[in-house]
Amino acid sequence: MGLLYGLIAVGLALIFGLMDVVNFAHGEFLMIAMYATFFLFAFFALDPLLAAPLVAAALFIFGAVVYLLIVRFAVRAKANTGMVQIFSTFGLAVLMRGVAQYFFTPDYRSIPHSYLGGKTISIAGIYLPQPQLVGALIAIAAFAGLYFFIHRTDFGRALEATREDAGAVALVGIDKNKVFALGWGLGAALVGLAGAVMAIFFYVFPDVGASFATIAYVTVALGGFGSVFGAFAGGIVVGLVEAMTTLILPPSLKTVGIYGVYLLIVFIRPRGLFGSI
Amino acid sequence: MDKAFIQRRRRDLIVAACLALLATQVPRYVTDVYIQNMMIMTLMYAALSQSWNILSGYCGQISLGHALYFGLGAYVTAILYTKFGMLPWFGMCAGGLLSAVIAMALGYPCFRLGGHYFVIATIVIAEIALVLFQNWEWAGAALGITIPLSKQDSWLTLQFAKDKLPYFYFALALACVAWFVTWWLEDSKWGYWWRAVKDNPVAAESLGVVVFNSKMGAAAVSAFLVAVGGGFYAMYVTYIDPESVMGFQFSLLMALPAVLGGIGTLWGPMLGAVILIPLTELTRSYIGGSGRGVDLIVYGGLIIAISLARPQGLVSLFSRKRKPAAQPVREAVAS
Repeated sequence: MGLLYGLIAVGLALIFGLMDVVNFAHGEFLMIAMYATFFLFAFFALDPLLAAPLVAAALFIFGAVVYLLIVRFAVRAKANTGMVQIFSTFGLAVLMRGVAQYFFTPDYRSIPHSYLGGKTISIAGIYLPQPQLVGALIAIAAFAGLYFFIHRTDFGRALEATREDAGAVALVGIDKNKVFALGWGLGAALVGLAGAVMAIFFYVFPDVGASFATIAYVTVALGGFGSVFGAFAGGIVVGLVEAMTTLILPPSLKTVGIYGVYLLIVFIRPRGLFGSI
Repeated sequence: MDKAFIQRRRRDLIVAACLALLATQVPRYVTDVYIQNMMIMTLMYAALSQSWNILSGYCGQISLGHALYFGLGAYVTAILYTKFGMLPWFGMCAGGLLSAVIAMALGYPCFRLGGHYFVIATIVIAEIALVLFQNWEWAGAALGITIPLSKQDSWLTLQFAKDKLPYFYFALALACVAWFVTWWLEDSKWGYWWRAVKDNPVAAESLGVVVFNSKMGAAAVSAFLVAVGGGFYAMYVTYIDPESVMGFQFSLLMALPAVLGGIGTLWGPMLGAVILIPLTELTRSYIGGSGRGVDLIVYGGLIIAISLARPQGLVSLFSRKRKPAAQPVREAVAS
């Protein structure tokens, strides 16, 4: 579960690191990814695992469009820039939730039978649910891919360079907007991947994003905003803390443990575990 | 002191007094209970947003966890009234003081956090409080507290079963107090400190502003006023549960009018509440009744449109002709 949290969070971390913007609609990105997976299954009987790349691709386009239509203008605002970012992405979240309720109704839906759904695997006597396990593997693969992508490709370097100094990057002929749009697309694609896997074992409903989004912010902040590796580590910490608190405390207090650890860590290290600046 | 500035402040005060007087006359002509309820909610949110604006607008510490103080005010008032038989007036003051103390206790570690870390910490703290209240048996857990109706109406117990007018006047008074406190603070030492802290904390510190203390002061005043609003809400709706007074949506509903009207401005929260709250209520009752989220669509679209088109808030539409206010130093510290 922790690795999946990490996967949800890493898209957020990527966007934040790139342009200092917290996407408050991140949970809603997850929500539409889950719906997309659900409908691909319902109409084309496509297994979520096969749907995952398609969903990720669709989310990539969606993320880029969101950047071009909304965020591009939000960061350009003259006054109250920080506020404008928070509230424009937040407005987007509310809007998306409303649209989802309108078209998909507030019903809870789930994918009744998929290739992995409900199966468990036993490793040395410990039973693990297969969807979560595969999700974890996909998450690790995605992280490895992302790492490779950022450090070994031209676009990844452009991304890093833009993060360092957007002005200088413009001088050497890289279109800042293009890089940002691609960054948003990439961030959204990652959460799309997470959504496709989650749809196997979690209910889909219009508000599903909200609970995961708060955990994603905590995960990112734990690792340090902007640090991709931090998001990965943060995800593991959150997953472990969640598992531990359910052992000690009643399940209803599960989130308290996660939030408590967040507060503890930022009070000791105000920039998160792996935050640089 | 700048003469135009003194004049402007005097004019603000006169305009506010006139508006308040006008508002007291409104119930004479509006007898529809639905509309009255809407007006009470508008005034309450105006007061809340004005209080939120003190910490987040003037002092620049964006809090998305003010539902915590709202809920505390509501809970303290309701518990003192139902379990100890204390008057809600006392409960509101107690809730306010408790919230102010807690705001400072939380501010002690939190104000060292910068930017997004602070915002997320405020969200997370309010969420923890919400979960704790949901599991606290003595305080009603997830079922909440029902405030029993007393037999006769009284200003002492703030119970008026027959009509809503007294609540209207109370909410109006609340909004006036919040406005007046803001007006008064705007020209006080604290007000200047807060704006300095918002624009450039490092420069402010170097000029002798005790940044940490001014943040604490703003948090305490803001939390106190919000908690009093929470106490009023508890007595008005006579039923509270954790989700309905401490949920994240309250933190948002407090922030949005100020964002809409203009953050860090005297009139912004009022203007925002007058536009936003009736709009929300109307969309909810006319097109949102189907439960299909049209109200959310309208609401979300509105937030995006306003924050992109008018980042300074709607108040800026009125002040265009005036001398431009001092430019924020933000550009200089944007690095």
